[in-house]
Amino acid sequence: MARLLSVLLVLIASAWPAAAQDAFDAAVTGLAGGFSQQAEAVERLGALGDPRAVPVLRALSEGRLLKRPDGNGVVPPAEAAPPGAEPVRVNNRVRVALRGALGRLQLVSPDPAERLAAAEAVFRSRDAANAPLLEAALARESVPRIRAQMELSLAASRLVAADADAKRAAIAALGATASTDARGLLLEARAANPGLLAEIEAAVAAIDRRLSLRRMAETLFQGLSLGSVLLLAALGLAVTFGVMGVINMAHGEMVMIGAYTAVLVQEALRGVPALLPWSLPLSVPAAFLVAALVGAAIERGLIRHLYGRPLETLLMTFGVGMILQQAVRSLFGAQNREVVSPPWMQGTLTLPGGVEVTQNRLWIIVFGLAVLLAVLAAIRLTRFGLEMRAVVQNRRIAATMGIRTGRVDALTFAFGSGVAGMAGVALSQIDNVSPNLGTGYIIDSFMVVVFGGVGSLAGTLVGAMTLGVVNKVLEPWAGAVLAKVAVLVALMLFIQRRPRGLFALRGRAAEG
Amino acid sequence: MPTTVRPVITRRAALAAGLGAALAAPAIRPSFAQGAPIRVGVLHSLSGTMAISETALRDTVLMMVEWINARGGLLGRRVEAAVVDPASNWPLFAEKARELLQVAKVDAVFGCWTSVSRKSVLPVFEELNGLLFYPVQYEGEEQSRNVFYTGAAPNQQAIPAVEYLMGPDGGEAKRIALLGTDYVYPRTTNRILRAFLNSKGIADADILEEYTPFGHSDWQGIVSRVKRFAGEGKRTAIVSTINGDANVPFYRELGNQGIKAEDIPSVAFSVGEEELAGIDAKPLVGHLAAWNYFMSVQAPANDEFKKMWSAYIKNPRRVTNDPMEATYTGFRMWAQAVAKAGTTAVDPVREAMYGQKVDAPCGYAEEMHRNHHLSKPVMIGEIQADGQFNTVWKTPNAIPAENWSPFIPENANRRRG
Repeated sequence: MARLLSVLLVLIASAWPAAAQDAFDAAVTGLAGGFSQQAEAVERLGALGDPRAVPVLRALSEGRLLKRPDGNGVVPPAEAAPPGAEPVRVNNRVRVALRGALGRLQLVSPDPAERLAAAEAVFRSRDAANAPLLEAALARESVPRIRAQMELSLAASRLVAADADAKRAAIAALGATASTDARGLLLEARAANPGLLAEIEAAVAAIDRRLSLRRMAETLFQGLSLGSVLLLAALGLAVTFGVMGVINMAHGEMVMIGAYTAVLVQEALRGVPALLPWSLPLSVPAAFLVAALVGAAIERGLIRHLYGRPLETLLMTFGVGMILQQAVRSLFGAQNREVVSPPWMQGTLTLPGGVEVTQNRLWIIVFGLAVLLAVLAAIRLTRFGLEMRAVVQNRRIAATMGIRTGRVDALTFAFGSGVAGMAGVALSQIDNVSPNLGTGYIIDSFMVVVFGGVGSLAGTLVGAMTLGVVNKVLEPWAGAVLAKVAVLVALMLFIQRRPRGLFALRGRAAEG
Repeated sequence: MPTTVRPVITRRAALAAGLGAALAAPAIRPSFAQGAPIRVGVLHSLSGTMAISETALRDTVLMMVEWINARGGLLGRRVEAAVVDPASNWPLFAEKARELLQVAKVDAVFGCWTSVSRKSVLPVFEELNGLLFYPVQYEGEEQSRNVFYTGAAPNQQAIPAVEYLMGPDGGEAKRIALLGTDYVYPRTTNRILRAFLNSKGIADADILEEYTPFGHSDWQGIVSRVKRFAGEGKRTAIVSTINGDANVPFYRELGNQGIKAEDIPSVAFSVGEEELAGIDAKPLVGHLAAWNYFMSVQAPANDEFKKMWSAYIKNPRRVTNDPMEATYTGFRMWAQAVAKAGTTAVDPVREAMYGQKVDAPCGYAEEMHRNHHLSKPVMIGEIQADGQFNTVWKTPNAIPAENWSPFIPENANRRRG
């Protein structure tokens, strides 16, 4: 009814400018009313097509529009705010109306970004009255990307129009996309168009075919993302447990210390706004150093006295982990701390083919692989790596060659702990930074290392990615909880058949 | 009047003996009348996954203890708090409850957030005839003579919220995704909601139910599943019973995947001002929460409550929220009941609790009924960019609790009241 009225109003407005003035003012006054009155006023302003409405509506959507304190309508955005004016509050219904109205008004905006946003907004408002506007806008549009969106929006508007031929064309146009939104619109149109059911079903099936590949790609991405998190968590352990054979139950706490280092670096940089967006990259070396120092202290102070006694090592590192947790809790409080995501880690990225991936996950995959390469390089290419491998292969011979094996042990443990610290920086972006951050990853880390093959970095990579992808493929069927259980059971069966994991290596650990 | 009186606080993992000794030796001799101090226990997680929510409740009880001592105590006696930390560990809750009742000999306990922790301490309170004030909205299906429930029952929160989503202002949702943490509160609430939705003509095919463990952080799969679920041509909404700090990565994922409240609104039952303080709320504007109190409520009682809180906590950035309000209301009711009964003994206080009224910060007079639940107003708020809520809908009156939901068939023969 309101829509009909507004269409009528447009007709009247174009005939009598004075009437348009009144209608505009009346609609603006309505913005100060209750939510349903507001929504109606917004729709009317969108229908009037008066460009003066744009600043008003934008102010409303940004929460800047003020209510007159005397209850007499709203303060125009250009006017100075009277004392005691409160901002106009909106609800979701008004927000939906606002998006549609602003979309209609900005279809001919000089700013291409605004036109694109407007075309997308109009697509969502599903209003037959938008069709003529879109046709007019299309006639003037030259940017291909905006044209494509406008054509899609036009199809969406025609889908709810009365003209059956236009509808058919619209169904075909929507069916030629790979858009979940278009699919939703088509499914929605089923009820109103029993005569066009066959066409609609065919269009939906066509979209589904295109989407299925994309969904597989997205599941794969999610699996790789989980895999990269597992990889990061497990890499440090692959050094301390995999290479040195130390059952390090305090490994999770090294991750946690890295995350808290990121918090500290961020706090320290608050005074330097220019560097603040880079606090995360800067935290990586800091976290490595802090965790490595803690690791070295633990190795020199405790673990070296317990080499060859796995049970005691397990219990002792478990205790160290609890002490570290409580220490952090006393220092920082039990409440979670936030590490702010830099802008380049927020939102989604649309890859070619329409696959949508979240930026933070993408960066973590990149970071995980980078850390893996760094660890490989450190072991294969540096003198420290050479000494480390020598000690692992044969401690006595290495000692006779003049390698100070005790020092190598300390450095290796510090190195593994430092890698765990770097993982903590990445995990601060996707998990809560709390003193128990590490406990959630310790089991997963051991799982990855044992599955991949103790002592093999390639095994750690393959193991982490396999577990990640299998988990995400199972999740839709089994649910998050059961998927994890299923993976654990499968892993247990696998270890029964191959006790040394995917890539069995020889080393101190393997020799037992 | 000693203004520096600090309650004796015993920290987590204090040995039982140490705890008793500490309480037996109050540091300051106040100018109170004769008699040993009255003790209240505080049983909230100060560490672990629930610390994000429960720490503020510990502070609220301590604030109320200070408040009542500043007014001359209770029955002319000083009030002291005994604080323990059950560390988000459900069996530990029962142990700590026993310790509070038997070793610290407290007269009343304020505590618990998750239903699983409440279920864990329930047998202890019933066995030892203790008194627990439980300040959080929950799934109902319970009524113990040893517990006073000062949060909402499902008919005071969950059902009105879902009705709102299905109404014109909420976006006329026809498909509902029920997301929750995997324990008793979300599972029971969703069972009630499913029956309610079915009764409103929403078929099971239009309901998606997903559970995740406590502290879950990898939400990408579930959020994209919800997106897919929403793409079936019917207006879709999310009903979240996610608890604790798992909410932070959940909302972050919603923001990152671009789920706007205009397209898929979500309503949460366990996310308040305190939980939002830890995240950037800008991408969440328009998402909803249903509670019986918001910090933004305009009422004289709320102004007083907020003033008291900021004076106590001395940090202008700390917020108030619904369970804090329920703790405040519960504490005042308990103090009134003790004053009326003239003793702190559990049985007379319980009798005196019935019919107690408090002008609660939510702006309504709340009354304790014989079913151990409060009458409460229902409010639905939209998240604002500053992490506060803007009330977009509320009931005209405080409504009594239906702790035995009519949507659970087993309750058909139960006497209500």
